[in-house]
Amino acid sequence: MSLTHYLVLAAILFTIGAVGVLVRRNAIVVFMCVELMLNSVNLTLVTFARASGTLDGQVMAFFVMVVAAAEVVVGLAIIMSLFRTRRSASVDDANLLKY
Amino acid sequence: MDTAPADGLITSAWLLIALPLAGAAVLLLGGRRTDRWGHLLGTGTVVAAFVLGLLCTLQLDGRRLDVDLFTFVATGSLDVQAGLLFDPLSAVFVLLITGVGALIHVYSIGYMAHDPRRRRFFAYLNLFVAAMLLLVLGDNFVALYVGWEGVGLASYLLIAFWHERPSAATAAKKAFIMNRVGDVGLALAIFLMFAQLGTVSYDGVFGAVGTLAGGTVTAIGLLLLLGACGKSGQFPLQAWLPDAMEGPTPVSALIHAATMVTAGVYLIARCAPVYDATPTARAAVLAVGAITLMIGAIAGCAQDDIKKVLAYSTVSQIGYMFLAVGLGPVGYVAGLAHLLTHGFFKAGLFLGAGSVMHAMDDDVDMRRFGGLASRMKVTFVTFGLGYLALIGFPFLSGFYTKDAIIEAAFDRGDGWGYLLGGIAILAAGLTAFYMTRLMLMTFFGRPRWEPGVHPHESPSVMTAPMVLLAVGSVLAGFLLVVAFPLEEWLTPVFGEPEAAEHVVAPLVVSILVTVVMALGVLTAWLFVGRREVPVTAPVRVSPVTRAARRALYADAVNESLFMRPGQWLTRALVFVDNRGVDGAVNGLAATLGGSSSRLGRTQTGFVRSYALSMLGGAVVVAGALLAVTAG
Amino acid sequence: MNPDVVIGTGEAVVFWVLGPIALAGALGMVLSRNAVHSALWLVNTMLALGVFYVVQEAPFLGAVQIIVYTGAIMILFLFVLMLVGRDSSDSVVETLRGQRVAAIVLGLGFAGLVGAGIARATQGIPVAGLAAVQGAETSNIEAIAEVLFTRYLLAFEVTSALLITAAVGAMVLAHIEREPGTRPTQKELSRARFLTDRPQTLPGPGVFARGNSVAAPALLPDGRLAEDSFATGIEPQEVEQMPRPTGRAELGTPDAALGTLDPAPSDVPGGRDR
Repeated sequence: MSLTHYLVLAAILFTIGAVGVLVRRNAIVVFMCVELMLNSVNLTLVTFARASGTLDGQVMAFFVMVVAAAEVVVGLAIIMSLFRTRRSASVDDANLLKY
Repeated sequence: MDTAPADGLITSAWLLIALPLAGAAVLLLGGRRTDRWGHLLGTGTVVAAFVLGLLCTLQLDGRRLDVDLFTFVATGSLDVQAGLLFDPLSAVFVLLITGVGALIHVYSIGYMAHDPRRRRFFAYLNLFVAAMLLLVLGDNFVALYVGWEGVGLASYLLIAFWHERPSAATAAKKAFIMNRVGDVGLALAIFLMFAQLGTVSYDGVFGAVGTLAGGTVTAIGLLLLLGACGKSGQFPLQAWLPDAMEGPTPVSALIHAATMVTAGVYLIARCAPVYDATPTARAAVLAVGAITLMIGAIAGCAQDDIKKVLAYSTVSQIGYMFLAVGLGPVGYVAGLAHLLTHGFFKAGLFLGAGSVMHAMDDDVDMRRFGGLASRMKVTFVTFGLGYLALIGFPFLSGFYTKDAIIEAAFDRGDGWGYLLGGIAILAAGLTAFYMTRLMLMTFFGRPRWEPGVHPHESPSVMTAPMVLLAVGSVLAGFLLVVAFPLEEWLTPVFGEPEAAEHVVAPLVVSILVTVVMALGVLTAWLFVGRREVPVTAPVRVSPVTRAARRALYADAVNESLFMRPGQWLTRALVFVDNRGVDGAVNGLAATLGGSSSRLGRTQTGFVRSYALSMLGGAVVVAGALLAVTAG
Repeated sequence: MNPDVVIGTGEAVVFWVLGPIALAGALGMVLSRNAVHSALWLVNTMLALGVFYVVQEAPFLGAVQIIVYTGAIMILFLFVLMLVGRDSSDSVVETLRGQRVAAIVLGLGFAGLVGAGIARATQGIPVAGLAAVQGAETSNIEAIAEVLFTRYLLAFEVTSALLITAAVGAMVLAHIEREPGTRPTQKELSRARFLTDRPQTLPGPGVFARGNSVAAPALLPDGRLAEDSFATGIEPQEVEQMPRPTGRAELGTPDAALGTLDPAPSDVPGGRDR
């Protein structure tokens, strides 16, 4: 048992989140996957803080949480207005940004 | 050949140019407000310029005076001072331009009385006078060139004055384009002077002409000759001048008979030091003059349009002048004297033709004239005097000046001299023939008028200038050759006249010319006066007549030699441009556009596709990092 | 500084128990078709992570993780899910060709690369531990506060601006602007209602139904569903009632029945969503 275990776990969680972003179409679920990726990064930050013996990693994780909270608020509002205009929460329906 | 700074009244010689220019500016910028008095202002400026020119000439006293105005161009080694050169030569031209110009302005008041654009007409005329004065007064080639282009512009505007007539618009374009050909020659000559001598002032160029290589001087001379040919309607650029008769008749009189078309003669006379240094170019001037005077005379014999006859006569007479100035020092004065007398009688003839046209409802076909002598007495008499002066009737203007040219030709002494003199005498006979034909068809015989035409004499505002010009036609030759010899007046310019050794006695020449002239008149009477003139031109005529009617196929030659190949070249260039250049450009654009739109297909608009590519990039970066650290 | 903190057995047990749970939560979130289930799976993972924080000498972050993430953010997610409808269960069919395969291949590659890299790079690194900066005298919260309000003060203040901006932005985005004067008065509404052929009130939900949820529509005497009584914004539930409704077809599609957030007038005469 070493800190490497935490880090590998975080990497796996991050990857799962990334794959989820790629395969899920519901915007809210995609958003949840992004949150999962953020959380896995937080785990690495806390782990490295412990390894290095300083608190900077924890402070960084704290900031990530704050930013994530702000991001969630705005992102969900965007999803709401998107749903209002398109009657759909699918990310594939908002595909105007193309050739 | 030294110049002195101007003094007295001559310091204000710039007013000569400024007055008509200001008139043109006021008339053009003033708009309709100046409609009511515009023609009076236009006439007034030219009359004032004439008076000023006369006073300046009286003060001149055989000097060469330089009026320095301002620095026109000062770039590096090119330094052009805008200045005026007032010498006996330019004084003569100033008097001709402003004098004849003033008379024609007065005439135009009557001639253009019913034209809604009379103000604009006078503005253009003033513009022409200003440009022409700049042409003859400038003391360097750049000023001459500015005036040269200015008269070209005014000529274009005035030929196309009735631009609603397609023939007038076409004639104006033809004149403009053919003048461009000559102007390119003049411009190249000026470039050559600057490149070789570093100066474009008359004094600088003429003073240094001896230092140049012979070939360079010849090139300059030939290029100047090309410019002179373009402006003066000389072979091979003579085709525009008859077409220019589409303009109003006062324009034909002023620009295309008396003044502008003689600018070429002025140029060659002014550049006498250049031609003195190059016999080749001088011979070219001679050849041009001789060829043109024959072409003009032959073509004039077969025209039915009264103004075209006069136009070909102008071509032919300017050919005489070129012949004269091509003869060298002996001919300069003769040529210029003929230029001055020609200015009088040809302007008078054109004004008379305008008066006839005025009476005949703007008809120009002589076959529908006839018997006008009794209806238009003043016109008939003034026209007749001009006619007699032109054909060289003894003791009238043409007699003195034309004979002087023919004498000078014989005085060369060699075979060429006899050939040129013979040509000149032959052309004098032809001149008598076509002018007599014109007189007979217009003023004598049975009236062949169109129904509804009631000829009447023109108002006095038109006849008065005609009378004055007729008096000039009668007296000018005597005055210029015998009473106040032009030769002496021009001595400061061309040097002391050499004591001519006459190969053929002047009396013999005069008798010969008079006899030939009488023969021409007689032939004309036999062909035209004795018989009824058909109202429509006969179709079955000899090849000679057909060729003369078509002006010896000048237009056809131009068309087949220049226009057609030009069109082919243009089409070929268009083809190359469309297929080659455009093809390459469009092909490249299409290739890029096609490939980019194919690449653009990857931009599906689906966020997840984009995210996938981001993850792919992250994998690559992670792999690369790992490879670097592990390796 | 303690150069090497030995990781105890208790922590190892916690890791080996909660690690698979966190993984299972993550996988469940990605794999479950129902978005609500996804959210619940994610809560699972987040709680596990919160415990990991506490174990790794970051009790403050652990608490924040549970309170803020699990408590606030995930609840927000669920709110939005309920608002935009739970219809959004993904279809199994992948519309983008090759997307799923490519995502899985790339994911495996990424996990393999990063995992291998981390394992290789951090194998046997010394663990300093946080005993030197926090412990008996200074608690974790005090230690973090000290760092946060000294070295990271500027970032902290900027964060407040970020939060304000986010709050305002969310309000702007979620707010529906109605032009003044377009809202009909009560007088106009009742006049409009009396002009229809149904002046009386609409049937309430749950009439004759077994349950009293707003999602249960009223039944007409002949047993059909009373479309007038459909609650707006909620998928009408099947009513277990005899006789059975004559058909789902009459309900229309769930999408048609939804209309909560549609600013356009309801297709129900005298609709009540105004």
